[in-house]
Amino acid sequence: MTAPRKITLTINGTVRSAEAEPRMLLADFIRETLGLTGTHVGCEHGVCGACTIIVNGEAQRSCLAFAVQADGATITTIEGLAASDRMHPLQKLFHECHALQCGFCTPGMLAAALDLVGSHDRLTTEEIRTGMSAVICRCTGYDGIMRAVTAYADQLGKLAPAKG
Amino acid sequence: MKPPQFDYHAPGSIEEAVTLLGSYGGDAKVLAGGQSLIPVLNFRLARPGVLIDINRIGALSFIREADGGVAIGATTRQRMIEGSDIVGRRAPLLADATRLIGHLPIRTRGTIGGSLSHADPAAEDPAVVTALDATMVALSKRGERRVPASGFFRSLLTTALEPDELLVRIEFPPTPAGTGTAFVEISRRHGDFALAGVAAQVTLAGDRASEVRLAACGAGPGPIRLAAAEKIVRDGGASAASIEAAAAAAAAGVEPTSDVHASAAYRRDLVRAMTRRALERAVARAAGGTR
Repeated sequence: MTAPRKITLTINGTVRSAEAEPRMLLADFIRETLGLTGTHVGCEHGVCGACTIIVNGEAQRSCLAFAVQADGATITTIEGLAASDRMHPLQKLFHECHALQCGFCTPGMLAAALDLVGSHDRLTTEEIRTGMSAVICRCTGYDGIMRAVTAYADQLGKLAPAKG
Repeated sequence: MKPPQFDYHAPGSIEEAVTLLGSYGGDAKVLAGGQSLIPVLNFRLARPGVLIDINRIGALSFIREADGGVAIGATTRQRMIEGSDIVGRRAPLLADATRLIGHLPIRTRGTIGGSLSHADPAAEDPAVVTALDATMVALSKRGERRVPASGFFRSLLTTALEPDELLVRIEFPPTPAGTGTAFVEISRRHGDFALAGVAAQVTLAGDRASEVRLAACGAGPGPIRLAAAEKIVRDGGASAASIEAAAAAAAAGVEPTSDVHASAAYRRDLVRAMTRRALERAVARAAGGTR
């Protein structure tokens, strides 16, 4: 029962199949078996958020799930955001707002932010601040990240007006 | 690090899962949301021979009104609980607490049954079921067993579940009219484990507090029902003086320990402050009809 199992999933719009031992983490399967190294592995215990990806429409830690559990799932990683050479609007805002320096946390930041904004009809800046604490950045001090995600929520008409 | 090897089973039904638990017992760990178990495996703090993954059992994930209260399946995600209208109406204290659990990407996977079975003393869900005296329903080949919260948490990371028992659902009692709730906690950063937290539910009947429920997390080896503090508010009403006296009684009734995050004395003082804030907020909500 520790033998490798076949896993089939849809990742960034492509159906992929490969084998993995049951103990293989989803993060390692994506990086090492599927060769999509944009998903980063930091703490391996769910705290840092660098490995955050979108599974069946919701952000989760890919270090806190086994690859076998994602059999049949639909996944989006950082590689799936841009349309050919055109950056996703949130990527563009991260670029414009200086929301990254070393970039290690950025794939997780984008996944967490897309889910946060996508799953709410309305967000206050305080809710965005709380939501973005889901991923640890040790370069930017979060100011640029807050500007980018706030601007993204505003673009989608989801930013709650500041209390006057 | 990477998890050690284990035999992996992903049963499709509750019966199959219970049969597997019956045959492997203590060698097996049940994998629910995995937000506590997988870190333990990644760090090789545990090496279970067998993992029984219950995520594919659809019948374990539900929220439904039952007997005026609410019944929640063991693998119901915290994210689903957070967004549930039924939970908001029928168990508002649970809704309050769930928003404070980890972060949204953690609540995407984390389950109520997993949190209760893991029984981390700083976790929110154990304090909520303790305050509300919810019932944990466990199933094994030997049959169904109902365990009240007061008898469920035995000590640090230890529950009354036997090795062959699977927690299948949690039953919350009805919330009376005129009730307000609040869950407040202090952590260094949002999403960290609480240094200490308090769950409060207060039912007002005119000037009286007809029912008061209080429990603390992060203040002992498990969740602690703050019975002495409850009695002070029940007997003395929801005045500022009574709430202050209850907060002092709560602090006196917990057994916090010192660790790298906070000293025992600081945690005890947090329980006093959190009890006061939770009671004030719950009373205000009860009076304002906003729960």
